[in-house]
Amino acid sequence: MTLFGYRIPPAYSLLIWIALWEVVGRLELAFILPPFSSVVEQLFILLQRPDFHTAALLTLKAFAIGMVIAIIGGITIGFIMGRNRMANSILGMWVNIFASAPLSSLVPVLMLLFGLGQTTIIVTVVLFSIWIIALDTYAGVRHISPSLSEMGHSFGASRWQLLSKVLFWAALPEILAGVRMGLIRAVKGIVIGQLLVSVVALGRLFRTFSDNFQFEEFWALTLILFVFALVFSSLVGWLEHKVEYYAGSRI
Amino acid sequence: MTSATAMSAPSDTQTQSSDNIVEVRNITKFYGSDIHALDSVNLGFPTGQMTTLLGPSGCGKTTLLKIVAGLLEPTSGEVFVKGKQVTGPGPERAFVFQDFALLPWATVLRNVAFGLELTHKPKAEREEKARHYINEVGLSGFEEKYPHELSGGMRQRVGLARALAVNADVLLMDEPFSAVDEQTRRKFQEDLLHLLSVEKKSVIFVTHSIEEAVYVSDQIVLLSPRPGRIHSIIRPEITRTANPDDIRRDKVYLDIVEEIWNNLRKYLD
Amino acid sequence: MSTATSPTPTAAEGSGTDSSNPGLKNVTLYRLLSIAGVFVAWEIAGMVPISVAFPTFSDTILAFVEMTADGRMISAYAETLKPLAVGVFISGFFGIAIGVGMGLNRLFQWMWEPIFVVLQASPVAALIPLITYAYGIGLTAKTVAVIILAAPIIVLNTYKAVRNASPNLIQMSRSFQGTRLQEVMKVIIPNAAPVIFAGLRLGVAAGFIGVILAELLITPTGIGDIISYHRSVAEYAHMYAAVFSIIVFSAVMIGLLEKVETNYFRPEKKKGQ
Repeated sequence: MTLFGYRIPPAYSLLIWIALWEVVGRLELAFILPPFSSVVEQLFILLQRPDFHTAALLTLKAFAIGMVIAIIGGITIGFIMGRNRMANSILGMWVNIFASAPLSSLVPVLMLLFGLGQTTIIVTVVLFSIWIIALDTYAGVRHISPSLSEMGHSFGASRWQLLSKVLFWAALPEILAGVRMGLIRAVKGIVIGQLLVSVVALGRLFRTFSDNFQFEEFWALTLILFVFALVFSSLVGWLEHKVEYYAGSRI
Repeated sequence: MTSATAMSAPSDTQTQSSDNIVEVRNITKFYGSDIHALDSVNLGFPTGQMTTLLGPSGCGKTTLLKIVAGLLEPTSGEVFVKGKQVTGPGPERAFVFQDFALLPWATVLRNVAFGLELTHKPKAEREEKARHYINEVGLSGFEEKYPHELSGGMRQRVGLARALAVNADVLLMDEPFSAVDEQTRRKFQEDLLHLLSVEKKSVIFVTHSIEEAVYVSDQIVLLSPRPGRIHSIIRPEITRTANPDDIRRDKVYLDIVEEIWNNLRKYLD
Repeated sequence: MSTATSPTPTAAEGSGTDSSNPGLKNVTLYRLLSIAGVFVAWEIAGMVPISVAFPTFSDTILAFVEMTADGRMISAYAETLKPLAVGVFISGFFGIAIGVGMGLNRLFQWMWEPIFVVLQASPVAALIPLITYAYGIGLTAKTVAVIILAAPIIVLNTYKAVRNASPNLIQMSRSFQGTRLQEVMKVIIPNAAPVIFAGLRLGVAAGFIGVILAELLITPTGIGDIISYHRSVAEYAHMYAAVFSIIVFSAVMIGLLEKVETNYFRPEKKKGQ
């Protein structure tokens, strides 16, 4: 949209929504919605609290470990599915089922099996993100023109060389798209896990805030999570953008 | 077979205005600020005849066609249809698209009647007209089929029937046969000529195939690229009463094709 | 910014009967074998006393049959589906309206796109505990939970579909002097319909998650109640049976919607072209 001849990028409409939030808060139209400014204030205080630090670090570590497992596992599964028809028909069925299943319903089961600590978070992250990474990797592999593999063979590439020097890079745009989706799903998974197990880490903080009607703190924590999800997915998006230049012209 | 071509340079194009159903004056088109698609094109399209716009990619032939159709606005210049200036689409002109542009969720009957549907003709009337033209293009029996059930060639015939059904004076055809296979294409060219002898429309045709242009046209406008300008105008004087296959082997026909190719080859990169 | 039209490419559907390659004729057999294999592994794992909270496959199935027979399962799902149906209906109605508006009007798009993209990427489930404060613990709260999870994907899918409607067909409509209204109603909306429906399907899936979470977090009703209750009294077989039923139910529901989508909206895919 343009104003006075200057093009205003879409993201700026968020400012209007934030302004709306501020107004609603100030006028106390909804008691669960404090003014945006007080939420931001609390956000900075929250960021300095030691209990937040511990909770966030724990979650972040588990998130990182889980994502690494999910990425390696997902890409492997995706490649196997893409290169082997038999594996595809069997694995594919399972991957599809889990990719579209309401995984949140599995979280109570996970809690039972793996306890309430870091392991559960890691398992949740893997469970939520691995399927979409596998599916997108599979799509990327399927996109690879057979002539690329033939070219590799004709120049004497070994299996591993073919995979690592040609196929992986050829499928990379789709893989990155899958990782980005996986990341978003993983964050949702963690949040759901934390909500259901409100005795450790961030879940505990959430619980405390909502039990004590500390809505500014609650929204501050929520905002941190939202921003985290967006920042990370934008980072992967930036990576995707970097490989975009060849994505369209792959034969 | 009769004599050779009559070639004329751009300055001779200001033919008798009263014989031109469409006229474009000083048409210039820029895409953005740096892509100069057309440069001061002046052209007359004679009534009742088939004029082909021919040239390599980048010569602006589709752009010019769409400007005449009213689907694109020229950066400067005017378009006159039947003596009156036009600025958008109108009932005197009907467009046939390169990739058919059929509604995939509608039957052949509804697709052919679509132009009439948009101008609010009563249902019975438009269906009757549609059936008539479906028959004319040889698709009788396919009225209730959907586009995905038809071959490429059949889909294009639906597009053609749709354009005929609105009873426009001018048919604008944008590389209509480029999306079908070679054999179908040849058949189409013959069928089109036959159809036009019955329907008596004026046609502006865009193609990049030299053989096609020479085969179907009364007048060929050669456009040179970057920016699009008229290079020359050719009137292939070929008698079309002979067997189509014989025409394609006729020396005059082949000479014209060769001549055009020699003119255009310097524009290829 | 991305919209999903499905949880992406499905893997190798339809390679079940491939007479050109006899080895693959048995794909369905192998798939069934793999399912059986998983169940067997589950059974064995359950018998190993690693965790008391891991019932065997047979115990789970027995519990499932028991709950279905005495009607608990059915009434639970009936209870759960209420807010889901209402929520999806509301999200669908307003979501499609907003999406169409966004697709047709640049200003509207500018206003709404960023906020819905943010909502889509963010873990909005975090807001579910807050819902109780505004809407109590009844049907309304759970419906709101469904809406906040389902609406973003419906809006974004609709918007993308309308915005990306075939320019060719639009031009064709203009060439035959169609008005803007005719263009929207006769060309753009039908052209966008398959993707809009896909968005609804995804909205149903997301909404389903929302209602279950609401049942687990706000007040136990329906299937969420079955899970919570049996967990609290350590009847793990029943709890697992409930979770298992959710997975199966979801797969069936989404599968049905996909069938409707293919048969009604994309007949060309059905014919395998």
